[in-house]
Amino acid sequence: MNSAPEPLHRALGLTDSELDDIRTVLRRDPNPLELALYGVMWSEHCSYKSSRIHLKRLPTTAAHVLVGPGENAGVIDAGDGIAVAIRIESHNHPSAIEPYQGAATGVGGILRDVFTMGARPLAVMDPLFFGELDDARQRWLVEGVVSGISGYGNSVGVPTIGGELTFDKCYASNPLVNVLCAGALPTERLVLGVASGVGNLAVLLGSSTGRDGIGGVSVLASAGFAGEDGAQSLDDAKRPSVQVGDPYEEKRLIEACLELLDRGLVVGIQDLGGAGLVCATSETAARGGVGMDVDVNAVPLREEGMQPYEIMTSESQERMLAIITPENWPAVATLCAKWEVRASIVGHVVEPQLDAHGRSVGMLRVRDGFDGEILAEVPAASLADEAPLYDRPRARPASLDAVLDDDPTYDEPQGVASDDLLALLMDPAWVYRQYDSQLFLNTVVGPGRDAALLRLAGPGLPASERGIAISTDSNPRWCALDPRVGIALTIAESVANLACVGASAKAVVNCLNFGNPEHPEVMWQLSETVDGMSEACLALGLPVIGGNVSLYNESGGSDIDPTPVVGLLGVVQSLVAPPPGWAWREGDTMVLVGVRTARGASPFPLGGTRWATNRGRRGGRIAEFDGPSLRATFDFVAGEVAAVCAGAPSDVTAVHDVGGGGLATAIAEMAASNGVGASVIELTSHAELFSEFPGRFVMATNDVESFTTRAAAAGVDVVELGVIGGSQLTIGSMIELPVERIASRRSSALEDALASLD
Amino acid sequence: MTKIGVVIFPGSNCEYDALTAMTSLGADADFIWHSTDTIEGYDGIILPGGFAHGDYLRPGALARFSPVMSAIAQFAKAGGAVLGICNGFQVLTEAGLLPGALQKNRGLTFLCQPTTLIVASTRSVLTRAASKDQELSIPINHFSGAYTCDDATYEQLIENDQVVLRYKENPNGSRDDIAGVSNVEGNVVGLMPHPERAMSTLLGSADGRILLEGFLRAPVSAS
Repeated sequence: MNSAPEPLHRALGLTDSELDDIRTVLRRDPNPLELALYGVMWSEHCSYKSSRIHLKRLPTTAAHVLVGPGENAGVIDAGDGIAVAIRIESHNHPSAIEPYQGAATGVGGILRDVFTMGARPLAVMDPLFFGELDDARQRWLVEGVVSGISGYGNSVGVPTIGGELTFDKCYASNPLVNVLCAGALPTERLVLGVASGVGNLAVLLGSSTGRDGIGGVSVLASAGFAGEDGAQSLDDAKRPSVQVGDPYEEKRLIEACLELLDRGLVVGIQDLGGAGLVCATSETAARGGVGMDVDVNAVPLREEGMQPYEIMTSESQERMLAIITPENWPAVATLCAKWEVRASIVGHVVEPQLDAHGRSVGMLRVRDGFDGEILAEVPAASLADEAPLYDRPRARPASLDAVLDDDPTYDEPQGVASDDLLALLMDPAWVYRQYDSQLFLNTVVGPGRDAALLRLAGPGLPASERGIAISTDSNPRWCALDPRVGIALTIAESVANLACVGASAKAVVNCLNFGNPEHPEVMWQLSETVDGMSEACLALGLPVIGGNVSLYNESGGSDIDPTPVVGLLGVVQSLVAPPPGWAWREGDTMVLVGVRTARGASPFPLGGTRWATNRGRRGGRIAEFDGPSLRATFDFVAGEVAAVCAGAPSDVTAVHDVGGGGLATAIAEMAASNGVGASVIELTSHAELFSEFPGRFVMATNDVESFTTRAAAAGVDVVELGVIGGSQLTIGSMIELPVERIASRRSSALEDALASLD
Repeated sequence: MTKIGVVIFPGSNCEYDALTAMTSLGADADFIWHSTDTIEGYDGIILPGGFAHGDYLRPGALARFSPVMSAIAQFAKAGGAVLGICNGFQVLTEAGLLPGALQKNRGLTFLCQPTTLIVASTRSVLTRAASKDQELSIPINHFSGAYTCDDATYEQLIENDQVVLRYKENPNGSRDDIAGVSNVEGNVVGLMPHPERAMSTLLGSADGRILLEGFLRAPVSAS
């Protein structure tokens, strides 16, 4: 069918009504360059136009929060004069198309967000979601993404200390690659991405600008994969929108920027990420309430013949924008030359103008030479902050009641418990062995455990005995059944992980991976998630200090399960000894700490568990969220472990929270960690082996009487589960396995799955 | 106090860790920028881990041309103690200061994991405080760490007692399980494992101290 050519604004991802909004702002028709600037800045990825009205409902404040959502990274005061910056982002669509570069540039981008705040990046974590491994494309994606993270992260010199690895068919055509970065800085060095001081200079640092990543935010990140066969059919068309990373450039850029900040040579600094130069210049100008003139001819280019819209919207990696005073330019140029980092004056901070109503408006002007023709002139804030906000229609999925009623808790045949247990075990070591997890000599607990635990130390930081713990968590199985309670339980699980290494949770960042927001069911999931997150954060006393929303995760019209990922940051007051970890000792007593049964319709629900999913059952109901009980348990366990970390005498010899795969899996993982078995009492039912709900810990103690007394004083339940020792793991009459077999199955599961492909 | 210089190439990333390890052992340590062409007043030089000049072309292949390398060659020739860790080892082999080469790991993936090393010789500046056959727990962190050399070089290594450390369980396909070698004189040493990451039981092992304390002890003067 032939039709008239698509109007330019639609080709740029803008709707007809958005074009009208632009006309209202400008009081005239935009020219094509101006349309291109709005196209990227008003994209879903940059403007959060579908999610922002919901995100406002999240609690974001606490006494220790120095910077909340909206900046490049959230920042908390961790004590001892040290602030910790943390941020999480998605790089889903680029990774679906070009897994190595997609994942690599995801790492590069998140590092820039963190050192933009003046913090040295000290840790990266990567929650990854793929389809099932019986498909050759998934193997290609897994290997590409992992080697991209490894190749970029190791080389750039930031340790990757953990993450998550989830396989589910809903990600087969749309894998999720999220990346979290935490960094630390002396509290007094905190800087923000603000342009101020008329006459100051905007200096572009780092790589030259090429045609890579043009329109990445609008073409790639803000639309789904429409093809019937998912991502594959659009690979070729969209690959030019994927950026290419250079970790060596990034490493020099990090060192140069941190030295610029150390020496007080910059007024403000901002990374160039999605939407490139137009985003960095309009955001810094908007925050500073000033105007900015940008000379496109001053931008060093990688290719000849680039058009102004390409220069302004290119997503070429490894670039930063520094705002400096003119007097400091010689010192900035010299410092950058030492690090072999290119520095070019591309902009001037200028006076805001007065609009027709007498209001002061900072204009972003794109010019052909600083004194040359004005190619585009728009209010900076209209690009950065004034995209239209949408309250898109929401609807609870009509099929949900039937899904909830299809509950495996009541009718799924039990099967052989030992076989079921073995099928649930998988050590992700194949992934994390490829990551440098130890750089900076801080890693006390590395990848593959409940949470990562780092000494709070690094180049340029004041001395401190403190530690920080980070955990990333998600549970799309729960969230698909009940997004509101599912995310609340996920946050509880994450706080539990921190407690296992002795940390008290201090802040939450989130990465909300959802399907197409134009589907009312997806908007309902998102809205419910925000409410559930709010409830859990209020109940557990946690502020949300940053986030990212990734929408349009769909292919062929089918949305992914709602996949909100949280990153939790915790602090350990004194870290002089490692936490007990999983490895228990012969003769110790195994105890279950916390509630034994779930609150809700069933004491041991199997809806949304890995056990049920392995059997093809995705329906059912999940446990309820019980804030006060969870909080008491978490405080008790964190306190017990923190005492060990502080070097105090303790009878606690091992700790692990009950997470994915349930109680039996937690016990088996502990046994496998050092080859020592255990004899566990008969449990209530088969469902108790595999039911998943947070708030339970398996711990080992060499003085059960004293331990039980302390727990009772804290109002926390303890059940003696058995005695540790021997080479067999027995759980009542249901499970009897040699520990050797558990350990070998667990360590080989992932590599076997990757190798068994045709 | 022993004065140690830690060389920084653009792309190095273990320089702070090496410096921290040295100062924690009581050394007076500072950084040497790669474009420096003279080094004076140092008792020992460390080339740290990382990706010097991005490891472009080949690990260490560009770093050997940095001006500091000629100065280090002279320092070594005069008997000065030189230690290359991981990427530093790769640089020393590319610069011809140590025999052999490092190629990609057998499994063609990056490996970050603990290893057990066996001290094969105690006549180097790195292993002089250890005892022969002593086992040390020290992590590796590399993609190109499989030691290789031709047969003639290998025979020389054995004859001159230049193999200083071996892996107990070979993680990367290194010839004869070699984890570290020295020059004939024993004052230039390179190893792929990271002793500076094994300085504290809080971080998993303190066995690296045995090696780095040896490196600091009674340094061979380059004067």
